Amino acid sequence: MKSLEELKAIRERMQGQVGMRSADSNQTRVVVGMATCGIASGARPVLNTLAQLVQEKGLKNVAVTQTGCIGLCQYEPIVEIYAPGKEKVTYIKMTPEKAKEVVEQHLERGLIVSKYTLQNVDL
Amino acid sequence: MMPEIAMSVLDIAQNSIRAEASLIGISMEADHKTDTLTVVITDDGCGMTPEQVAQVEDPFFTTRTTRKVGLGVPFFKQAALAAGGSFRIQSEVGKGTTVTAVFRLDNIDRMPLGDLSGTLHTLITFNPDRDFLCEYRVDGRGFTLDTRQFREILGGVPLDEPEVSQYVREYLEENIRETNGDAQI
Repeated sequence: MKSLEELKAIRERMQGQVGMRSADSNQTRVVVGMATCGIASGARPVLNTLAQLVQEKGLKNVAVTQTGCIGLCQYEPIVEIYAPGKEKVTYIKMTPEKAKEVVEQHLERGLIVSKYTLQNVDL
Repeated sequence: MMPEIAMSVLDIAQNSIRAEASLIGISMEADHKTDTLTVVITDDGCGMTPEQVAQVEDPFFTTRTTRKVGLGVPFFKQAALAAGGSFRIQSEVGKGTTVTAVFRLDNIDRMPLGDLSGTLHTLITFNPDRDFLCEYRVDGRGFTLDTRQFREILGGVPLDEPEVSQYVREYLEENIRETNGDAQI
């Protein structure tokens, strides 16, 4: 079993350098729908992939959060991206693989991956 | 229908979060001797009236306004009953709610437990303002994760801090693996 000693070590390392991630107006918000509809269609691995990649790549101005039902249950899992000063982008029928592409293109380079957006997917 | 029991657990716990619970208990216990998998989700949220409890198992009841159906509880109940088990909700206004689902462990129609560490990690790190008491047991062996204890050790370092989040993930994965041993739940 994993010990709690490691947690103590993290505390000692981290103390004094947390609290740097407070929300500001420059922050891009990545929101994943996590109601029954989202969860049933696979939102949990999408959310976890997004959070993990944002952490790994050290994208400081990006916050990954969850929300309830967005109201478009048939297109779940849905990921919405709110970048400051830009229109909201809605990605639908997401998977962890598509999420990786969105992190690399949209969040890192600012390029919308239009083949997965609500406006462009062939429904 | 949810393809994993762990997905229903995530979904039902979201109800607790919406009910403004500060402490959410999630306990899962598999016992081969009694052939049961018992899942209990309990919270200290706003609770429900007896009328609401009666309604909540109805798929056409929901408190939300974005759509007219609420399938979280009906899915969970259906999964338990389909696996020869039972389902119960106890609730009291102002005190909280307890949802208990019992599955026949060896029933062919029982959904797999699924990615339990993914569910618990998501709940803990995306709701750093709530406390979770998670318990997982298989035939008597197992472990507990109490975020109140983690918080005490961490001092002011939040649970959604990347390094802590990574630790929580590894803690869950390693302990669930060890608890399972050769058993497939």
